[in-house]
Amino acid sequence: MMNSQTESSDPFAGERLKESPFHPRQAALNLRNAWSSWNGYKFADYYYDEEYEYFCVRNSCATYDICPMQKYIISGVDAEAMLDRMVTRDITKLKENRVTYVCWCTDEGRLIDDGTIFKLGTDKFLLTCGSPSLAWLRKSAFGFNQMKIEDASDTIAGLSFQGPTTCEVLKRMGLEGIDQLKPFCIAHFSFAGSEDKPLMVSRTGFTGDLGYELWINPSLALSFWDALYAAGEDYGIQPYGEAATNMARLEAGFIMPGMEFNEALKTIHYHYDQTPFELSLDWLVDFKKPHFNGRTALMSARDTGSEYTLIKLDIEGNKPAEESFLYADEGCIKEIGYVTSAMWSPVVKANIALAMVKTEAIKDSIWAEIYYTKELRHHSKVAKCKVQSKPFWAPDRARATPPAAF
Amino acid sequence: MKKYDAIIIGAGHNGLTNAAYLAKAGLDVLVVEKNEYIGGAAVTREMHDGWFYSSCSYVCSMMRQAIHRDLNLTKHGLVLVPYLGTVVFADNGDTMTSYHSEEAEYNQLRRRSPHDADAMFRFQADLGRYAQLIRKTLLRTPPDPTSFRPRDIRELLWLAKQFWSLGEKELYEYIRFFTMSAADFLDDYFEDDLIKAAMASPGVIGTALGVYSPGSAYVLLHHVMGDVDGNVGAWGLARGGMGAISNAIAGSVKEHGGEIRTHAGVDKILVKNGKATGVVLENGDELYANIVVSNMDAKRTFTQCMDKDDLPPGIYEKAKNFKIRGSSGKVNIALSGLPKFNNVADNRYINRGGQGFVGSMETLERAYDCWKHGRWSDDPFIESVIPSAWDPTVAPPGQHWMSNFIQYCPPQLADGPWTPEKRDAFGQTVVDKIERYSPGFKDLIVHMEVRTPHEIEAEVGLTEGNIFQGELTIDQLLFNRPFPGYAQYRMPIKNMYMCGSSTHPGGGVSSACGANAAREILIDLKRPNTVPEDDFYDE
Amino acid sequence: MDDYDNIIIGAGHNGLICATYLAQKGHSVLLLESSSHVGGLAATREFHPGYKVSVAHSLSHFSETVASELNLSAHGFNPSGETLETIGLNLQGTPVVLSGDQISGVSTDDAEKYSEYLAVLKRFAKVLKPFWLKTMPRIGHNTVSDLMTFGHLGLNLRMLGKKDMGEFMRVATLPARDLMDENFDNDLLKAVLSWDGLVGSKMAPRSPNATVLNMLYRMSGKDHGAHSLPEGGIESLINALKMAAVSAGVEIQTNAAVSRIIVDGDENGLKATGVELADGRKISAIRVISSADPKRTFLNLVGAKNLEIEFTNRINRLRCDGYVAKLHLALSDLPMFTGVEKPCGRMIIAPEMDAIEFAFDHAKYGEYSDSPVMEILLPSVKDSTLAPKGCHVLSAHVMYIPHSLKTGWTDHAKEALYQTLVQTLERYAPGITKHIVHGELMTPADLEQTFNVTGGHWHHTELAMDQMLMMRPTYEAGQYSSPVKGLYLCGAGSHPGGGLMGGPGHNAAKEILRAEKKR
Repeated sequence: MMNSQTESSDPFAGERLKESPFHPRQAALNLRNAWSSWNGYKFADYYYDEEYEYFCVRNSCATYDICPMQKYIISGVDAEAMLDRMVTRDITKLKENRVTYVCWCTDEGRLIDDGTIFKLGTDKFLLTCGSPSLAWLRKSAFGFNQMKIEDASDTIAGLSFQGPTTCEVLKRMGLEGIDQLKPFCIAHFSFAGSEDKPLMVSRTGFTGDLGYELWINPSLALSFWDALYAAGEDYGIQPYGEAATNMARLEAGFIMPGMEFNEALKTIHYHYDQTPFELSLDWLVDFKKPHFNGRTALMSARDTGSEYTLIKLDIEGNKPAEESFLYADEGCIKEIGYVTSAMWSPVVKANIALAMVKTEAIKDSIWAEIYYTKELRHHSKVAKCKVQSKPFWAPDRARATPPAAF
Repeated sequence: MKKYDAIIIGAGHNGLTNAAYLAKAGLDVLVVEKNEYIGGAAVTREMHDGWFYSSCSYVCSMMRQAIHRDLNLTKHGLVLVPYLGTVVFADNGDTMTSYHSEEAEYNQLRRRSPHDADAMFRFQADLGRYAQLIRKTLLRTPPDPTSFRPRDIRELLWLAKQFWSLGEKELYEYIRFFTMSAADFLDDYFEDDLIKAAMASPGVIGTALGVYSPGSAYVLLHHVMGDVDGNVGAWGLARGGMGAISNAIAGSVKEHGGEIRTHAGVDKILVKNGKATGVVLENGDELYANIVVSNMDAKRTFTQCMDKDDLPPGIYEKAKNFKIRGSSGKVNIALSGLPKFNNVADNRYINRGGQGFVGSMETLERAYDCWKHGRWSDDPFIESVIPSAWDPTVAPPGQHWMSNFIQYCPPQLADGPWTPEKRDAFGQTVVDKIERYSPGFKDLIVHMEVRTPHEIEAEVGLTEGNIFQGELTIDQLLFNRPFPGYAQYRMPIKNMYMCGSSTHPGGGVSSACGANAAREILIDLKRPNTVPEDDFYDE
Repeated sequence: MDDYDNIIIGAGHNGLICATYLAQKGHSVLLLESSSHVGGLAATREFHPGYKVSVAHSLSHFSETVASELNLSAHGFNPSGETLETIGLNLQGTPVVLSGDQISGVSTDDAEKYSEYLAVLKRFAKVLKPFWLKTMPRIGHNTVSDLMTFGHLGLNLRMLGKKDMGEFMRVATLPARDLMDENFDNDLLKAVLSWDGLVGSKMAPRSPNATVLNMLYRMSGKDHGAHSLPEGGIESLINALKMAAVSAGVEIQTNAAVSRIIVDGDENGLKATGVELADGRKISAIRVISSADPKRTFLNLVGAKNLEIEFTNRINRLRCDGYVAKLHLALSDLPMFTGVEKPCGRMIIAPEMDAIEFAFDHAKYGEYSDSPVMEILLPSVKDSTLAPKGCHVLSAHVMYIPHSLKTGWTDHAKEALYQTLVQTLERYAPGITKHIVHGELMTPADLEQTFNVTGGHWHHTELAMDQMLMMRPTYEAGQYSSPVKGLYLCGAGSHPGGGLMGGPGHNAAKEILRAEKKR
């Protein structure tokens, strides 16, 4: 995206962050000027109040700018084979207009990143992920000659639209049949009188709730925003930022790079990165496939077992166990792990956390040593933790087709 | 006649560091320096009214923080300030800016190559991993692999453990990296030539290797493994110029009762019955000490300041064969204003930082080819920085001092010895090149000082003007530095030690060589060791 | 049921050696060769009616162990007792001549130093010699025998004594130029001695890290690196290897180009199960062993889709571009070289190390020098069957001719290089031009085409420190096995490397037999 200033007129242009196609509208709503950054884009931490935005996701509907997300179009006869070898899941089973969640590993079976693959046509896929991955994609594509990789990060605008009223709002926008779109499916719609269906909708998201991701050409971004917000006006539409996303994804039990895992290609220390098994992503690794990257290493990792495993914890009390150490005993003598993400869940009314725990210690009791402050006084407490096997928040409406109106 | 506990020859930063640690341990030390000022190559000199040049070394990243704190250097006036931003220039006038912010840096790289912008993350992680391992060895005495002494075996095992902890794959990668050329190494990551040239250029600074020469990848690391307050790869300026570092260490020497004598060039090291007993100065004075420590390079120490007959057989030859090749020049320029560069935004953060006139991989390599032929390139690689933009003490307000480091400049010319005319012609080549990227640059020049290897050697005493006191190739690193069997700072003559960059870990203003040598001396004297063994790195 | 126990791709000397070792142990072996004859780069070919030559024109370190274990002498291989002189040609006067431990054409000082130098290098070569014929173990997951290999190396180093050991660890990575400058004064001598550290590589006298190791590798032969021509020429070695293979029961098929290695997969992962030939035939085997270069093997025959991503990229990044061109001249008479009585030795045109260095500089940019450096041999002097009566064959290794010429290897470019080479020869051997009946120039690109070797590289991939020992061709394929089950390597791209030595073929066979026993 071009900055509003050009290099010649602004000597600091090179230092400034890029602005998303939705920026003018989002900037107007960012009352606190709470900007941080993501992949070189200016990006909202929150717009008005993170808890309010979080409740919009859980209670009405809200939009999250996913333009800075990395998008790659992989097309050609070899595209499927190339992706299938790269990721741990079987892509050959993916049907057209379907989306699947995938992860990919180094030769050593360490997690590089996770993302989603959209099958747009027989030989055409869209890969979206959180971090720049072009170098790895190129490496992965070496030897596959009949395909190409297009970095569409700046040429596809994306808006994640999440919350219980989203389907209703999209219906009001005139997206016919949207209520029939099943989870992980894709549909295409015309927009602004255009016949070639420039609007792509996938029933996907990062909140664990009913929601859609909306994809459109950047040139249509602002008019699309206006149409969506007009339709959502009576349904509590609101932009939400990084802070609310982080709350919603934690309730849904989704992992984040830099929190739950360290991207293997950026890891300095030996084995400070993780295998999918350590992250409880076993279900993503399909050993029925004869070959995929890291298979041999993952095979032996599976057989040896992981030293640590990522688990979900329900912790007594209401003090978030952020950065807490975990122990096997109330006396905090035997250290068995640490919390990666933690919060008080407003909808579930539970003190929840994701944690890396020594695999052998999971079945026994787990205690968290929690530090908190009260009016600048620092306190600590030891709280009992319960291992939770299901996501903390997984409402039926997230899977219902057609979804209920509210 | 007074007899000192130790005489240290050469008041460069390593000699001073060595003296400071020995004095701190209660020894009566004397540092003798041939020039009328101290600092060796870490020096600040007023070469033109109101302009203070760091005439030789000009930036600093390797200074060990443990030593900085240990010797109270802040109290003695040392402040290291990181500087921001570097612009590199391509042959065709393209520029690429390195920004302080990682996100801005990413966007900048992405403009040239989205692939490379992504690859940079991995490159940084890999380099960080390599640097981390080497950094841990900087303040340790290299083990002797041929020895069975418990300490050597313990240190060898420690070293092996560090390698081991990389994991099998990274161990291989490490060996690859250590032996490859910068060009091959970078080809593993990048596709854009300017990005590669920008990354490769540190791999040839100060060394008689080209970017295509195997071994240059390590030199690259040697230049980026430093850090300023834990920011790996960051470069710092010493407030008041590089001399501030030497002056601060000298302050520490004096604080602990050490003596520094300038204008006291050493003619010979005195040896009696196979033991070093003192030095003879150029003026004929003899000074005596229980221990003599040379901060001069190995070649100069053994081939010029000692009698061949005083040395055990073979040492003279080893010293003669020690590779210490002049390959760099330096042009210090006083400017009446801040130069403006083509295709560089008028941005206070970047146009005051560093400039790298790298051209391209081929331009870098061709400059090396010229060096091999005994001439300087018409299109040399210049690494510049304008410290006055950050440091108010080195030039009059509104005026500037620009440091230009040139790779390559041959120690001997094919067409005969260096003359003042040739030196000036070399300087003119540099100015002409900068003018190409900064029209009007010449008009800003108030004063200019040109240093070829010839001048650097004459003034600082570095053989051939080699900034590292010896090439950083595997045959001269770790337990091979300066020679196999003598890497533990003890020299073949009893009571004689070396503490200069000819010893492990090599060149750079790190103070590590001087400190490590002090540790060995204190061990030999059975005194409590006060020298730190690491630089606050957590495992 | 598989058709064979082993299919070996490529009947170069390493393929032949590996096949024979396996067949001797009762394995069924099918050896497939794409061309019409065996021998690869060592095959003797008629390049002009009546004139024959092989690309590899002399022997320096063919393994004695292999020769005796395969009983090659029974099959007509008789390594000549007499070594070839190495002659540094000198336009100004007396050449430098090295003959075994003897030296002439240099000062007495240099001559004395030469014997010291040779003694030291021989001691160093001895340290490494056992390891050229061993699998270099992975670092990390070590078995007892792996640890013993490392222990053995450590012990050999220690046995050198403190001084030599220290010196070895310094000299091992020294650029050839420094080693020469440390020892000698005579420029021509330095150039000639550094030659064997450089020839066949993309390294020059100033390049650190691998040239001395290359020299020590070549010094592992029985004559400590001195070259020789067996009775009956190189052809006799290849014939003996072929006879040994056939008599051990190896089935050799020529004109049988392999188009791919068949890799099958199931829940147990991937396994190489056979090969498909260019003519569409499919042949199955318990294992497939490739003596083709690593790039060809993995990238062309196995395919990236059957390999791991970083492994594929490491293979792709192997430095496989050759920098040696071959010049073959059919001569109507014996040429005479300035200062040389009879041109029966290995003659080197490289007046000083700078000449080599500067010739190399051009190659870095995809150009070649107007003053090329080369090694010349007239094999017909020793073996009259190579040329019609009274006529001769000249074979030259011309260094620093890039595989990828910046302007492309057009006919015009080749002709220009040919003329440059002939003119250079004419300077050293006045009158040679008029004896030329026919000339053949093979650039590295031609060698690639003719011999199916990626980049036309002698050693399949550069013998540099990062591509040596357990990292040859790259880790995870450094022990002859590969990430694909059932697929093995036995070519020059594996430890210890190429140069008509036989190590890879020997080591691969041993490794395969060992793995079989373990099962």
